[in-house]
Amino acid sequence: MSRPETFPDPIRKEALGLLARAPSGRLAQLLPELPEHDLLRAPEIGTVMVRGRAGGTGAAFNLGEKTVTRASVRLPSGTVGHGYVQGRDKGHALRAALIDAMAQQDAARVEERILAPLRDEEVARRKAVATEAAATRVEFFTLVRGEDE
Amino acid sequence: MTAQILSEGFKDAARDGAHAFRAILTAMARPGTIATLQAASGPAPISPAAATVLLTLCDRTTPLHLAGAHDNPELRDWIAFHCASPFVSAENATFALGDWAALQPVDRFGIGTPEYPDRAATLIVDRHDFDAAPTRLTGPGIRDTATLALPEARAFAANHGLFPLGWDAILTSGSRLAALPRSTEIS
Amino acid sequence: MYVAVKGGERAIDAAHAWLDRSRRGPVDQPVLDTAQIRDQMGLAVTRVMAEGSLYDPDLAALAIKQACGDLIEAIFLIRAYRTTLPRFGASIPIDTAAMRLKRRVSATFKDAPGGQILGPTFDYTHRLLDFRLMADGELPTEPLAEGGETESAATPHVLSFLNRDGLIEDAAPDETPPADLTREPMELPADRTLRLQALARGDEGFLLGLAYSTQRGYARNHAFVGELRIGMVAVEMDIPELGFAIEIGEIEVTECETVNQFKGSRSEPAQFTRGYGLTFGQTERKALAMALVDRALRWEELGEEDQGAPAQDQEFVLSHCDNIQATGFLEHIKLPHYVDFQAELELVRRLRAGLSDQDEDAA
Repeated sequence: MSRPETFPDPIRKEALGLLARAPSGRLAQLLPELPEHDLLRAPEIGTVMVRGRAGGTGAAFNLGEKTVTRASVRLPSGTVGHGYVQGRDKGHALRAALIDAMAQQDAARVEERILAPLRDEEVARRKAVATEAAATRVEFFTLVRGEDE
Repeated sequence: MTAQILSEGFKDAARDGAHAFRAILTAMARPGTIATLQAASGPAPISPAAATVLLTLCDRTTPLHLAGAHDNPELRDWIAFHCASPFVSAENATFALGDWAALQPVDRFGIGTPEYPDRAATLIVDRHDFDAAPTRLTGPGIRDTATLALPEARAFAANHGLFPLGWDAILTSGSRLAALPRSTEIS
Repeated sequence: MYVAVKGGERAIDAAHAWLDRSRRGPVDQPVLDTAQIRDQMGLAVTRVMAEGSLYDPDLAALAIKQACGDLIEAIFLIRAYRTTLPRFGASIPIDTAAMRLKRRVSATFKDAPGGQILGPTFDYTHRLLDFRLMADGELPTEPLAEGGETESAATPHVLSFLNRDGLIEDAAPDETPPADLTREPMELPADRTLRLQALARGDEGFLLGLAYSTQRGYARNHAFVGELRIGMVAVEMDIPELGFAIEIGEIEVTECETVNQFKGSRSEPAQFTRGYGLTFGQTERKALAMALVDRALRWEELGEEDQGAPAQDQEFVLSHCDNIQATGFLEHIKLPHYVDFQAELELVRRLRAGLSDQDEDAA
């Protein structure tokens, strides 16, 4: 599978993750008009079994499922795009797939108009939580050392 | 994966899947009945009927064995996208797809256990010759007798001898489909 | 024995209509929006997600609203809905060391590298009702404190430092696909990965009681909280049509690792052992209880003594920790059992009649 050089797999992977995590309403604002397309896989709601590891690093186990919606599209040019997003919003999955396909044709334009704003907003959201967390960071001072028993 | 390979699934998964499931169920319950099934098509050499069976019955929980010409990269990609069934050896398969010659020897396939006879394989015998000389069938789901062309009557008779264990078979070609559960007697 | 009866349809319709009205409450009050439940009753939402075994805050909020706040009923709704969805696959195991932390405390190391973060905790509140929430509806919100280092780097697990020195049992990766009790009926004895799945979706109250019993001496196994952390982790999955893994979202989880004493054996040097809890959302009481029960259930593989304690008995724990199974069986006894009871009634009457016959004979 050859990819356009402007949208190699690592970049595509990052973009698909960003699209999956984005608020669906925000995606609808950034891509209000859907480009012409065929559905290879109509938006479909399902689940993914989330796995954890015993002890954090050990044997894998099934923690529980999360809802995921996926879609696959083909643009008139033949370019295929896939979207897997969290939650149950079919429009979200469809837009993610369309943006994936559009980025393979013109990565710079999609980056500028859609991915960059999403990334900036996500960084800001995460920073807000990190700032809250940092304010509750504890500094311990040992006052007296004694024996319990 | 090319767009060609990814297309040609069900147009309307819920509706097409329900219709196809009903047709397969009827064929399995009435051995000798030939159904028409062509809701989907996949890359050669899979028939539309067999492709429809895969889309209806197979998913990531049903290990699939591909035999002979059906084991090719295009068909694997198509199945990976539409069904996500894991590809396995004949011994570990819940479903197996191939023409009759490629599926040989058929005693490789799971026949279930006395506690769990349902843990047996279902063989999807594609490119089946429905116009070959018919064999006479009797047993559950058949009033008096029925007839159906079989690739090799002896193998099906031997499989019936294992009942309640044994594999089940779905015969497909073009848009035609018939089924032969292990419960059917071959005479 | 059961008997089919007809009738009562109109009564059932009327009961449902009354339920709808009582859910709504007085119509002069504003209706409760599911977004309000999701955002302002967050801990109820995470409990429903954890025990419903489905991460979707919007659905959990809807279930809580529909169930009028009965969380077990809400969990039931989520479990039922879950069965209607196709499963696309399983994720790559989440990397909790890469969690973006909201809370992280250790009861064993005060100077744990990465520091201790209290997060939005009840721990240091005085448990006094705050009547301002009733009178004014809300509290004046403090502006977000500025400053403080924000670290984006991954924070390693506290226990990894003990592990480096060999003082605690290793938790080495194992990529064997784990058994899944939602697909195959649970067979006992269950291995640890299957037990962890059952505990992760088990009832918080039941696990809390069992964990407490281990602290009180039933399978005594003194646990330290090596680390408790809450935060967001990425969920990654391999996508066959892409040929590589992508993030399909992020979830909040609570993780608890306990450190327990272990004397050692002929083949093993004395070292600490682990109990593990991992749950969806901010559910730390559940994660703590899960870790204690996990550790108690490990007695056999660690060569410990069976003290006959409930928390050591995996058949007892695993068969009874699921609140939907439990409530289904418990609540069914309020449905008509007229024929069973009629049979028992006849039996009692016959026994009594036999007894009075004997009395007459004796007289």
